[in-house]
Formats: sequence, C-alpha cells, structure tokens
Amino acid sequence: MQDEFLNGLVESYDYLEKRSSVDWPAVNCPPDRLLEFLKMLRDVRGFDMLSDLTAIDNMDELPRFTVVYHLYDTQKHTLIRVASNCPEGEPPTMPTATGLWAGADWHEREAFDMFGIVFSGHPKLTRILMWDGYPHHPLRKDFPLAGKEVDLPAADVALATKEKVRPAPMAGGPFHSTPGGHMSESEPRGNDESWSEKKEKPSG
Amino acid sequence: MSDSNTVYNYDSKVEGDIIFSRLDAVVNWVRQHSVWPMPMGLACCAIELMAAGGSRFDISRFGMEVMRFSPRQSDCMIVAGTVTYKMSEVVRRIYDQMAAPKWVVAMGACASTGGMYRSYAVLQGVDRIIPVDVYISGCPPRPEALLDGLMTLQKKIGREKSSRKLFTG
Ligand code: SF4
Repeated sequence: MQDEFLNGLVESYDYLEKRSSVDWPAVNCPPDRLLEFLKMLRDVRGFDMLSDLTAIDNMDELPRFTVVYHLYDTQKHTLIRVASNCPEGEPPTMPTATGLWAGADWHEREAFDMFGIVFSGHPKLTRILMWDGYPHHPLRKDFPLAGKEVDLPAADVALATKEKVRPAPMAGGPFHSTPGGHMSESEPRGNDESWSEKKEKPSG
Repeated sequence: MSDSNTVYNYDSKVEGDIIFSRLDAVVNWVRQHSVWPMPMGLACCAIELMAAGGSRFDISRFGMEVMRFSPRQSDCMIVAGTVTYKMSEVVRRIYDQMAAPKWVVAMGACASTGGMYRSYAVLQGVDRIIPVDVYISGCPPRPEALLDGLMTLQKKIGREKSSRKLFTG
C-alpha cells in the first residue's frame, strides 16, 4: 500500500524523486517546489502534523546540506519523509515552513543552531540550544565533538574566573557502549584507553 | 590540649550558668548545624537530591533541610547535575548573590568533572567557575552519598577559623 502511495505521488508530481528508506515512504523534493509540495501534503493528503524537521550534513558530497521533514497523518497514522537539498553556498538556505506549521519554528531554530542552515522568512531565527553569539555550528561534520576554544557566554564571568570554553579532553573517547556481553564489559568506554588526561597519548 | 576547635563540655556543677568555649567553636557549631542549601538541580542528580529530602533519607536529621530557592537565603550551593557552558553564567551569578560565608558541594560526576559529557557544550567541572568544598562521586550518587558529603562539609566547617573573619569581613 505504501508503494502504491509513493508511486502515485511520484507520478503526479514530476519534480519528485524516490528516496531510499527502510520504513516510511520518502521523497526528495527540490527546494523551490518544497513549500507548495508540503502544503499539498498537508491540505490534500492529510499529513496535518509536522512531527520532525532536521538536517543532514553530507560533508564531502554536494550539495552538502539536506533538510528532512517528517510529516504525520493523525487520522490514518502514517508518516512520510520529505528531504530537500539546500542549494550550494554558504550559508545554506531553505524556505521556512513556519507558514504551514507553527511548530516548525523551534525545529528550524535548532537546525540553524546546529547546522547553520538559514530558513528564509523565519520570524525570529536565533539560536535555541547554544547561546547567542556562539560562533560555530556544532553538528556540522567538520566541528570536533570536543569543541573549540571560544569565550564564555558572559563576559563578566569570564573576567572573574579567567575561564574559557575549552575543548573537552576526549581521552580516547567518544565513549560508547558495545552491545551484548556482561554489563561490566558493555558499559561506556573510549575506543582507545592507552592515554588519558594524566598519561600522554603515545606518539606514532 | 585544646585548639581553636575543641568544644568544651558544659558541666553545670563547675560552671553554673556560664559556658566557656572558643568563639570559633561556637560560631562553627552554629554554622555547621544550620546549613541552608541552594538546590542547583540541573540534571538527573537533582532527582537523588530530592530523594535525600524525602522521608526515607530525611536530610533534616543532620540540620540542613531548609532548601532555599533564593540565593540570598542560602549558604551552601549543591550543584546537582550537568553544568553546560550556557548555564555556567547562571550558576556563577547565583553563587555571587549568595551571602558569605558560603560553601559549594559538587554532586555527581557531571558537576565534579563534566562526567560522561566530554562534549563542546558541557563545562568540564563546576570548579572551573566556582570554588568547590566537597566533591561527591557517583552517577548519580545515592542519597546516602549526598548525606555523607554534607556531613563531610559540616566537619569542614567545624575546622574553619571563622572568628578571625567575623569582624574583618
Ligand atoms: S552525574 Fe550522572 S546522574 Fe548526575 S547529572 Fe550527571 S549524568 Fe546525571
């Protein structure tokens, strides 16, 4: 049934492409047709809820950034995934979906904060997780998990404490658990435990 | 042998209505047994902090149950949880607003060292921005560990040379 639905969709809208997916139907949509397509899904096909909006950093591939929408049909309880590649260039841009779903507001702010994607037409596109004035977009693939050195959010606290935002010591991390086995073996640990804060990383 | 922290027992036969002691001992005794914590509950550790306040663990047995959400009325900040860089500003500001003498307890791995969050967003130990008196290990520490930490703090307060600072500020 899902295949039928997807095939029908791709036939009626020639700008769509099927997108590989392991669960729900998924399509790629060019950014200039995105809003009209989303509006059609909402008004005609019954996908009345925007359940998620996020982004993907493809890093070495072009175009680098993809915005992903998950729409939910609250009557039929089905989902559809719509992906749209941001046109090349810095900053990556995408039209805002806040006009269709008010709930897109915070999702778009998060995608802006984490990936630096500018949603044109957004009523107030400011950071939502990191503080205003933070200079990086942490979920970009070229941003290290440990972070980069920048100033603390409050200048007076920085002055009083002489502290900065410093890269976290990774010490063989990031920490992750291996599934299965006894709890003592599967608890989170770094990949490489040959060094730590106290013991230098072996060179070579 | 007596030093500034010795508490002299009251003997009514000898002393009548008068108690002899050291000013340090009296001041510390007062401070020690009325610690008013500022619950800086920032993440999951705060749940254990709440449990410590409940009837099962009953923090009030040790004279420190009067949690105050106003920094002006509290003298011991219990940092219970993950301090993000974004929150660090608030933590420092609230600490600054607390009246001296004041103490800080770093509860749990996150507050002490950043814990498992080796990440761009998390302050790697609250002692980078405020002076910490007692660190409590655990993720999260059990309420007993918190109580033990606070009793350790009481002992520490008992060793302070508080009268020296009493009149000089
Ligand atoms: S130490 Fe563990 S329980 Fe406590 S705040 Fe951190 S992650 Fe949560």
